Amino acid sequence: MSTSGAYYVPHKATWPVLATAGLVTMLAGFANYLNGSSIGPTMMVAGLVIFIVMLAGWFTLQAGESESGMYNTQVGISYRMGMMWFIFSEIMFFAVFFGTLWYTRNLSVPWLGGEGTGAATKELLWPSFDAAWPTNGPKALGLDHSGARTTGAEFEPMGAWGLPFLNTLILLSSGVTVTWAHHGLLAKNRDQLIKGLIATVALGFLFVTFQAFEYHEAYTEMGLTLGSGIYGSTFFMLTGFHGAHVCIGAIILSVVLFRSWKGHFKPENHFAFEAAAWYWHFVDVVWLGLFIFVYLM
Amino acid sequence: MSAVVAEHDDHHDDHDHGPAKGLLRWVITTNHKDIGTLYLVFSLAMFFVGGGMAMIIRAELFEPGLQFVQPQFFNSMTTMHALVMVFGAVMPAFVGLANWMIPMMIGAPDMALPRMNNMSFWLLVAGVSLLASTLFMEGGAPAGGWTMYPPLMLQTGKALPFAIFAVHLLGLSSIMGAINIIATIFNMRAPGMTLMKMPLFVWTWLITGFLLIAIMPVFAGAVTMLLTDKYFGTSFFDAAGGGDPVLYQHIFWFFGHPEVYVMILPTFGVASTIIPVFARKPLFGYSSMVYATASIAFLSFVVWAHHMFTVGMPIAGELYFMYATMLIAIPTGVKVFNWTATMWKGSMTFETPMLFSIAFVVLFTMGGFTGLMMSIAPSDFQYHDTYFIVAHFHYTLVPASIFILMAAGYYWLPKWTGHMYNEKIGQLHFWLSAVSVNILFFPQHFLGLAGMPRRIPDYAVQFADWNMISSIGGFIFGASQLLFLYIVIDTIRGGTGEKVTDEVWEDAHKHGLEWTLPSPPPYHTFTTPPTVIPTEHI
Repeated sequence: MSTSGAYYVPHKATWPVLATAGLVTMLAGFANYLNGSSIGPTMMVAGLVIFIVMLAGWFTLQAGESESGMYNTQVGISYRMGMMWFIFSEIMFFAVFFGTLWYTRNLSVPWLGGEGTGAATKELLWPSFDAAWPTNGPKALGLDHSGARTTGAEFEPMGAWGLPFLNTLILLSSGVTVTWAHHGLLAKNRDQLIKGLIATVALGFLFVTFQAFEYHEAYTEMGLTLGSGIYGSTFFMLTGFHGAHVCIGAIILSVVLFRSWKGHFKPENHFAFEAAAWYWHFVDVVWLGLFIFVYLM
Repeated sequence: MSAVVAEHDDHHDDHDHGPAKGLLRWVITTNHKDIGTLYLVFSLAMFFVGGGMAMIIRAELFEPGLQFVQPQFFNSMTTMHALVMVFGAVMPAFVGLANWMIPMMIGAPDMALPRMNNMSFWLLVAGVSLLASTLFMEGGAPAGGWTMYPPLMLQTGKALPFAIFAVHLLGLSSIMGAINIIATIFNMRAPGMTLMKMPLFVWTWLITGFLLIAIMPVFAGAVTMLLTDKYFGTSFFDAAGGGDPVLYQHIFWFFGHPEVYVMILPTFGVASTIIPVFARKPLFGYSSMVYATASIAFLSFVVWAHHMFTVGMPIAGELYFMYATMLIAIPTGVKVFNWTATMWKGSMTFETPMLFSIAFVVLFTMGGFTGLMMSIAPSDFQYHDTYFIVAHFHYTLVPASIFILMAAGYYWLPKWTGHMYNEKIGQLHFWLSAVSVNILFFPQHFLGLAGMPRRIPDYAVQFADWNMISSIGGFIFGASQLLFLYIVIDTIRGGTGEKVTDEVWEDAHKHGLEWTLPSPPPYHTFTTPPTVIPTEHI
């Protein structure tokens, strides 16, 4: 509880309403697109434009207020709490997909193969199903080139020691560079701060690029798609959402980089940098979980 | 509790400290009282929308046979009634109370993150609008139940992606609201307002906020998998691809069980705030109330599969979830005991808020007892998916959460508006509601025990009598709520004309900081931190 002097309360915000408008337009557009309506893509683009304008405007407002010294210690603590609890909610989101992987791999797939009380299931439904991980299920599901569902498909699981291992090294290095940048910020060494951030952002986008290569190889050469049964579903859901979070993190870090260029942040007051760094470390830790549970085991 | 020396300095520069002019005020506001009002008005509107759907359900079930609606539409009504009431009425109503009351109760100027506060309200409106839009779509609104189990839910028509994105938006809104409440409580308390001096309403919301942040992403993940299973060829819930439809149920109820506590914990908080005032005694066992709330919240994460006893779990799972569920009765019993002990030998008066609170203690306990019955796995095989379940959770939601929301309305309306409500009409509203809610839901226990399944538009003739009685109770209950609408509007417009004092209720200032403020409180409550002088502990 820190109460230093007068309270700071912002007034009359227009960006939150615009953010909501952008989000709901994008989502309604996506839903229309999924329903095969021609207006869908237009709505999605319109929503995205609104959202980007909102982000630019809201960030500019906050950065300006922060730089003009309007935020006291108490506001800073509120922001830090907000970011920490947001990251906690993200952890719970990933926990769902890790839990899904654990449940299917250790419980429901063995049950399909006759373990536990699943003997009758195996006998009557899929007597020839070999319940070994990785699997695309008793019907060996897959997607053909047009995206239609096929049965009897074969796929090759993704190995750990090629691009994924390289990506592990990349993300771990980026954790080091962002910390190096932080040390630069604390030591008032702006050159080190900017170089560290450039390296971090570059490593982030390199990671995403490698992941794109990995996906391309999976789809074109390994027969591994989003439709490859439960293995393909969990593989692409986990790595895909993680990749999306790497992109978000890299964008946040780019904003921080831009602000560093502009001369923002002081050793005693740099919440945006801290929040971006926390988020980056969170993305990093999730990747380690992925590397162990999705690729290695 | 504690008293406050509020320093309302009116001489700081005032150029942007009042509300904006006109309707735009409500769109761009960051003021916790404005946003609280928005939440409360919106939730009251949704209460009548969801209630209208309930009336359609009870009208169709008045007699056996199909009278008014088609089965598909009937199922849409049960689904949408639940979604609207849970996400549109009860949760937003408690967020509205939190917005209005928490800053005043802990001596804060506003919520910790006022801009995000605005966004969480408008995301709620966006989410509910997306959901409501499905009523007019090809294939109708979602009809697979609010639990959205696959594969049934995947048969939804064009409404499916809209319903799923509505859930995403509502989840986002709840997470933002919860983060805001937690940051406010941890960071914005006035000097001297220690954690163990906070009113229980603040405590219960702190714990509820934690529940929300933990579970809403889980629900978002579950419905995302529904979306990809339907449109992107994944097989999370399809055994042919190695998935498992039961997996959805596990994930859903990992969200769903804490979710029902999201609706009941703030209920406990309001009851613990109101009962001491009208018993003119401090709350009995304050710290045990705090620990009981925390225990209930913890247990809510480890009991989810008691919703799935009949799904074919391993026997060890059945036994574990049975015993874990029974444990919840202990902290809940502590609470019921404490409310009763608070009233014991108190100088009680029975104004409308107190009447609703006492009815809550009695009727919620009944809902709790049927919960205990259902926790016994072998017995639950008989109760599962029958009207017994419907009766159980409506007892814990209607004469509990809804009654306490009504109590909160009567209790704080004079503070919010500066006007007194009409006590006679308030009491009439209470007695009509309290009698009719039992006519409505009590017979459903008998129907369920006799084997009537839930979520069906038609039924065998032996269920006819109790269904008719239940429907009659439902119509009376529904109509009675119009009295509440009348009272709210009437009170805002001046009520009885009597000017209320700052403390409104006799000696209420001993029980909470909000009663030391003017009625209605100024637009900005505290511009500098108030000095909290500890007087007597709660």
